[in-house]
Amino acid sequence: MRAISMGAHDRPEATAKAKGGLAWLERWLPKMVLAPTFVMMLVFIYGYIIWTAVLSMTNSRFLPSYDFVGLLQFEKLFENDRWLVACTNLGIFGGLFILVCLVLGVTLAILLDQKIRQEGAIRTVYLYPMALSFIVTGTAWKWMLNPGLGLEKVVRDLGFESFSFDWIVDPNMAIYTLVIAAVWQSSGFVMAMFLAGLRGIDNSIIQAAQIDGATLPKIYRRIILPSLRPVFFSAFIILSHIAIKSFDLVAAMTGGGPGYSTDLPATFMYAHSFTRSQIGLGAASAMLMLGGVLAILIPYLYSELRGSRNG
Amino acid sequence: MVNQTAQSSMNWSRINRGLIYAVLLTAALFYLLPLVVMVLTSFKTMDDIRSGNLISWPTEFVFDAWSKAWSTACTGVRCEGVEGYFWNSVQIVVPAVLISTFLGALNGYVFTKWKFRGSELLFGLLLFGCFIPFQVVLLPMAQTLGLLGLANTTAGLVFVHIVYGMAFTTLFFRNFYINIPGELVKAAQLDGAGFFTIFWRILLPISGPIIVVTIIWQTTQIWNDFLFGVVYGSGDTQPITVALNNLVNTSTGVKEYNVHMAAAIIAGLPTLLVYVLAGKYFVRGLTAGSVKG
Repeated sequence: MRAISMGAHDRPEATAKAKGGLAWLERWLPKMVLAPTFVMMLVFIYGYIIWTAVLSMTNSRFLPSYDFVGLLQFEKLFENDRWLVACTNLGIFGGLFILVCLVLGVTLAILLDQKIRQEGAIRTVYLYPMALSFIVTGTAWKWMLNPGLGLEKVVRDLGFESFSFDWIVDPNMAIYTLVIAAVWQSSGFVMAMFLAGLRGIDNSIIQAAQIDGATLPKIYRRIILPSLRPVFFSAFIILSHIAIKSFDLVAAMTGGGPGYSTDLPATFMYAHSFTRSQIGLGAASAMLMLGGVLAILIPYLYSELRGSRNG
Repeated sequence: MVNQTAQSSMNWSRINRGLIYAVLLTAALFYLLPLVVMVLTSFKTMDDIRSGNLISWPTEFVFDAWSKAWSTACTGVRCEGVEGYFWNSVQIVVPAVLISTFLGALNGYVFTKWKFRGSELLFGLLLFGCFIPFQVVLLPMAQTLGLLGLANTTAGLVFVHIVYGMAFTTLFFRNFYINIPGELVKAAQLDGAGFFTIFWRILLPISGPIIVVTIIWQTTQIWNDFLFGVVYGSGDTQPITVALNNLVNTSTGVKEYNVHMAAAIIAGLPTLLVYVLAGKYFVRGLTAGSVKG
């Protein structure tokens, strides 16, 4: 606001008149520059969300149709065993993935913050999986967990002949293999976030506590972990976001199988929209995914915005 | 007495440090193992794979799997390796990254230095775009690309990546420019510099770090994308992630694990290189906006 009014008023009168058109341009230029983004956002984010919402209330199958059927697709969704499995799986996968990443991340960050030799090298090793796609991650772990030739054989070759590790083809256990791979890919990043948080803590508080005779575990419990709260919060948001969107990892590792035992909402949505000709049902599942993200995000954004207004 | 306690606490701290290193190295092993296994497997013959195990050393290093993965392996019905798809990804990544970064810089500039009534709200609405699950725009975008004749084209994929990458690039530049004093802009205005002059002469020259962060972030995001690639690409235009997935999961016949691993390394190599060469910026890009201070 201020910048614009300065441009318009602080010039000498004569030039302002001569450059009347130019001043007008100056005032509108920022908005014109933003216009394409604004239009794209309006159409491709908000417009498309509405479009998907509309589709979710139609009986579209192979092609979108606009015969409205109300909330029928949502009712169907909750009677659909595959969808319920996908939601349960998201609960198991997301819950474990977030929990393990947070615990592993904060533990490794605290340990790495103890003036460790070769810290840079270790950090690089922890973080490199983040550079790889979930497709590459899934391909690698699918091979590692191969029953017969994978880790199972490594342990058997060590002398444990009857060792068996075939989770990836076991409908009850396959979902946990996704957790292992996803944790491998993302936990290093969580560690980096916590490490950055740890490095941001004021040392003088810790020194004061030490002078007061507080033991190291007590300092961590009472001072350091509480001050990492915002990092826990951000990491939780990022990880839950990764979990809800998880699609590629499932595609690469299990393809949703065995059967549909490792389906997640994202793979359900893709399968019904693009291969099973159930566009209405696919759109309904997409809307519920959006609902899930919003349920986590809105409280977060609200507190963020309030925080920045106060700060 | 005093000496003894000091001695024992010394021992304790030595044991503690030993434990810390043990945990850290075990974790390092966990992160390294899949990469080591991938590399070892890719240099083995199939016989070698069947007779040895994941971590056994190859009896001899052969490059057959690599050349097969690059130029003759079957990805679905076609058997031309991943080479073409690798270049598809390059053709998608380069324009999409450059355009989305440039637009992000312009947007960030307006959002911080040329605020107007409603611009904060606008930014908030755009920020929301960072977080939507893309499933909620997949179907309408498929329709639109079809209408525009962009379905299954490289241009279509570039377009999609620009549209949905822009929220992030804008966020990065906005958070960077917000720390640059507004006086700099005002002083230039008094000197008669206009909107674009200020951007080119004052903001861009000091944007080096954030440009690098944004380019690295966008490159990894777009190179690693699978969802858009599998929905909006087909045959000739699919990116490498889709080709890798087809190679591993839809090919029939004997599974050639060495070829799978070579192809996986090829698919991961560009982003891995970016990470090794510019890791510092990579981390900064990843944590930007998520960790304050």
